[in-house]
Amino acid sequence: MTGPTNDNGEARAPALRVDQLAKRFDGAAAPVWSEVSFAVPAGQSVAIIGGNGTGKSTLLRCCLRLIEPSAGDIHLHGERLTGSRAHHLRRMRSSVGFVFQKHNLVPRLSALSNVLHGGLARGRGPRHWHQALARREDREYALRCLEQVGLADLAGRRADHLSGGQSQRVAIARALMQRPRTLFADEPVASLDPQAGEEVMETFAALTRERGLTLIFVSHHLEHALRYADRVLGLRRGRLYLDALTAGESIGSLRNLYE
Amino acid sequence: MNEFAHAKPPARFDAPGPLSAVLFAAFLAFFVWSLAGAGISISELIGGLPNMARIGAEMVPPATDRLLPMLQSVLVTFQMAVVGTVLGIAFSVPLAVLASRNHTPHPSVRGAVRAVISFMRTVPDLAWALFFVASVGLGPFAGALTLIVDTIGFCGRFFAEAMEEVDSGPPEAMAAIGAGPLDIIACATLPMALPSLINTSLFALEKAVRSSVVLGLVGAGGIGAELATSMEMFRYDQAATIILMIFALVVVVEQLSSRVRARLIGGRG
Repeated sequence: MTGPTNDNGEARAPALRVDQLAKRFDGAAAPVWSEVSFAVPAGQSVAIIGGNGTGKSTLLRCCLRLIEPSAGDIHLHGERLTGSRAHHLRRMRSSVGFVFQKHNLVPRLSALSNVLHGGLARGRGPRHWHQALARREDREYALRCLEQVGLADLAGRRADHLSGGQSQRVAIARALMQRPRTLFADEPVASLDPQAGEEVMETFAALTRERGLTLIFVSHHLEHALRYADRVLGLRRGRLYLDALTAGESIGSLRNLYE
Repeated sequence: MNEFAHAKPPARFDAPGPLSAVLFAAFLAFFVWSLAGAGISISELIGGLPNMARIGAEMVPPATDRLLPMLQSVLVTFQMAVVGTVLGIAFSVPLAVLASRNHTPHPSVRGAVRAVISFMRTVPDLAWALFFVASVGLGPFAGALTLIVDTIGFCGRFFAEAMEEVDSGPPEAMAAIGAGPLDIIACATLPMALPSLINTSLFALEKAVRSSVVLGLVGAGGIGAELATSMEMFRYDQAATIILMIFALVVVVEQLSSRVRARLIGGRG
């Protein structure tokens, strides 16, 4: 496959490259998965699917070393993530956004303060801790991020007073505050009702298109995988069982993963 | 016929095993011995009743002749408690971070800091007061130092536990995007642990107000010193005034603390 190129026509490094990755938890008889290799070109949208317990979320977390992989190599935006020290790891993570199944907002703080926290890797210190201390340009950018997910009018509302769908959209705005190149999402709509889930996925799709982001998301919804991803990675029986463009797949063909 | 008709009913009381019986007898013997050790004497209690009545009678009416210096001493006591608590809390936060499982830089650091906090808590405040009076001299400074140490012993432990109990999701979300440890503590751990931290801090203030009275008895300044002097000079009417002032101070602080707790923890933040 010919990778994307930059303005000079040189091959651009993939957003994420994973080589021979394996994960075995301490005391477990068998690895969750092993020999997992794939590369995600910049700008591609990838869905990771598979049955319960196949290690989809573990794989996503291992890609950023939120869980340490047992073997293999990871490159993020052309830089080697595996083996890097804490400071270097934090710098590399500053180019990604991560949206979790549970929104993981700080409940007592406002939506705006939570969004501002998305920029913590780029600017440290008290000015980034709370909306009252934030620089004007940061506050304005955080408001723009909230606006992009349709929640600018709820900027001052406490996070624990938001609905599930609103909270997840604030979590997306927080991820955008980072000005990420790649967005990771771990079953971002699993805890939402179908309508709120559709809205959140639409928001994701629109933002990744508008900003030209790479999107890597875990999903249980095969329809979401087919509709919002360019490519699908399927885990089954401890292996990367499927790596295909969604254009050639259907719900029926993807169901094989669950048999 | 009922199929359980011939079943033996369960015993109402399980007879204790021989080991339990021996342990119980040993405790009973120790308690009886301790009564003698503690000098418990009904005859002395009865003999002391007239003295109690006399002192009680001399306390009424409470004296008003030294009201102003007494009020000044109450104020010093309260100031000692506030300064001791606030500075103690300020030192407790970083120590609690180092002592909490989820934020400590290394398990050995956690163990060492926990040991220091435990030592501060287990040594009684009167012992700390005697130590500081001997070190920096008589007066409220020794009392404030005692309260700082006592507050660290109390808050350090509970702050660390509160930080360990917070939801790990928001800190993980911040770590995932490259936030540093200090930012994660400031933006996720502390705001989530805040209700518990406020609660513990207010209890620490109440505790410090009560302690600060007693500390005066060993020379650490404040109204306690006035109380000791009045009792030594048999001015029980003055002692009564001081006791009423202490009672009022403790009640006011507890009431204010309850209101602040309800206001800050009950939904606003």
